[in-house]
Amino acid sequence: MSLRIVVTVKYVPDATGDRHFADDLTVDRDDVDGLLSELDEYAVEQALQISENSDDDVEITVLTVGPEDAKDALRKALSMGADKAIHVEDDDLHGTDAIGTSLVLAKAIERAGYDLVISGMASTDGTMGVVPALLAERLGVPQVTLLSEVSVEDGTVKGRRDGDAASEQLEASLPAVVSVTDQSGEARYPSFKGIMAAKKKPVQSWDLEDLEIEADEVGLDGSYTVVDSAAERPARTAGTIVKDEGEGGKQLAEFLAGQKFI
Amino acid sequence: MAEVLVYVDHVDGAVRKPTLELLTLARRIGEPVAVALGAGAADTAAALAEHGAVKVLTHDASEYADYLVVPKVDALQAAYEAVSPAAVLVPSSAEGKEIAARLALRIGSGIITDAVDLEAGDEGPVATQSVFAAAFTTKSRIAKGTPVITVKPNSAAVEAAPAAGSVEALAVTFSEKATGTKVTARTPRESTGRPELTEAAIVVSGGRGVNGAENFAIIEALADSLGAAVGASRAAVDAGWYPHTNQVGQTGKSVSPQLYIASGISGAIQHRAGMQTSKTIVAINKDAEAPIFDLVDYGVVGDLFDVVPQLTEEIKTRKG
Ligand SMILES: Cc1cc2nc3c(=O)[nH]c(=O)nc-3n(C[C@H](O)[C@H](O)[C@H](O)COP(=O)(O)OP(=O)(O)OC[C@H]3O[C@@H](n4cnc5c(N)ncnc54)[C@H](O)[C@@H]3O)c2cc1C
Ligand SMILES: Nc1ncnc2c1ncn2[C@@H]1O[C@H](COP(=O)(O)O)[C@@H](O)[C@H]1O
Repeated sequence: MSLRIVVTVKYVPDATGDRHFADDLTVDRDDVDGLLSELDEYAVEQALQISENSDDDVEITVLTVGPEDAKDALRKALSMGADKAIHVEDDDLHGTDAIGTSLVLAKAIERAGYDLVISGMASTDGTMGVVPALLAERLGVPQVTLLSEVSVEDGTVKGRRDGDAASEQLEASLPAVVSVTDQSGEARYPSFKGIMAAKKKPVQSWDLEDLEIEADEVGLDGSYTVVDSAAERPARTAGTIVKDEGEGGKQLAEFLAGQKFI
Repeated sequence: MAEVLVYVDHVDGAVRKPTLELLTLARRIGEPVAVALGAGAADTAAALAEHGAVKVLTHDASEYADYLVVPKVDALQAAYEAVSPAAVLVPSSAEGKEIAARLALRIGSGIITDAVDLEAGDEGPVATQSVFAAAFTTKSRIAKGTPVITVKPNSAAVEAAPAAGSVEALAVTFSEKATGTKVTARTPRESTGRPELTEAAIVVSGGRGVNGAENFAIIEALADSLGAAVGASRAAVDAGWYPHTNQVGQTGKSVSPQLYIASGISGAIQHRAGMQTSKTIVAINKDAEAPIFDLVDYGVVGDLFDVVPQLTEEIKTRKG
């Protein structure tokens, strides 16, 4: 038996950089260094662990939809140990929203062929956390999302979802879409050997035509949402800072009382 | 007046506060029609009517508890088709966002998640969002279809606005996909007796500086003196000192209380993402250079093991 895993990974501006918007109110990707979204490293890690724990022949493909530089994210995932990569790149994709992104990803996943899709819990720039659910809806397969523990055996995926009110054990038959949280286990660092090997691994490039998607279904024009304005949050007015010289707790209580919290 | 569908988050009929806030926002756009599903659905009606629901559509079936997400999407779609609303509002929980997204796709609409405010506009509802770890505030609209918007807790005041709230049974036919993901076991979270983190007016959080699970008692004592919820940084959660459900930040809960007190937390961007919109921010940290001090209204540079217990004592004394 074989198991084909597609891991969706996003290339995002570094969260510790000074992120802002471009003139067309899309995320500015030029001024801040990009990288593989940290939350997608957990997805790559779980794919690798499923592969390592399996007797089957497992093939891991990493898939990204993004600009030219997004290749860096694929390279990183390949150096962690994924087998091959697909890069969907097209000028008409600029400004695509979650609904559009899920269309492109779903078409690419179908074209690649899959038994299991693994996504991150959310992208670190958009932080919507909806693409995995949208993929399940589009692909018409079970959604097994926000797992902090995941395993695959005999064509069944199982996992634990820690929700607000309860922790749930989930189970579904493959094919399925899974997303994993940052509680699922630390992602490995690429080894030197992994980095060298990644250079020889195949990276395919597809555009919208390859996926039979019309330009007006995606991009800013095809977007289902419009951002009308983006304003920098006014800096918080500088607060009072005191050094504790034995009365710090009391001084703080005085402040809280003044603000009517006590 | 146009109707606005409001998805109800409730526990066995007890309506959670974010849903009542949604009713406040829904009334700015139209007449709220609530949709309550699962065990105790009909028991939600009184609270919903009290806060402005003109109608409460209810449906109970074992599928809601036994299978993940999709049965709820089927039901919300049935309500959407029955009502033809001007907008659909859903509380911004992890599950709420998934339900909303799948509904939006099915009805050919766009989706906006994590709104922190909502107003009526000429071209449909305008949602305010806080993005890039709350460094920016954006205003957006849905350009196609019926707006589907998820709204974060603490985005509006709960207001009494008595309305009819008549209960109607919703007819739901589950799709073939509804039973795709089985819930084989469920362990409910134990109640701590403290307020829900995302709903609390005051949040008291501890970080790596708390230095041990047993020391979280100091944080809890301060929280209890203020009737607050307890939060933790990811460093404290990863160390196993406090449960992940209490994590504040990008991959934990996002909170926006009246008062946030951070002790032994440096203020990394991913932590700020979850607390930066708090009204008043206070920090206790022994490092005067810690980035958290850039955010504070009041900061104490000092050892939390001295400052926090003294603060707790002082609060107790003042409260008598
Ligand atoms: C993808 C991603 C997602 C993340 N998500 C989150 C998230 O959701 N939430 C989150 O919090 N973090 C998150 N992080 C981690 C984040 O980057 C920081 O590592 C984390 O917030 C640090 O926690 P801390 O402030 O408790 O620890 P530290 O940064 O180690 O800070 C500890 C602070 O305590 C102070 N201190 C020590 N002892 C004392 C004492 N006795 N008295 C007073 N002060 C003392 C120190 O001066 C220091 O400032 C995420 C990271 C990534 C990459
Ligand atoms: N452009 C993209 N390319 C590949 N994967 C993506 C892209 N956008 C989102 N994803 C996947 O969907 C997950 C959730 O993203 P989001 O719903 O945008 O928060 C991410 O962790 C990725 O696994």
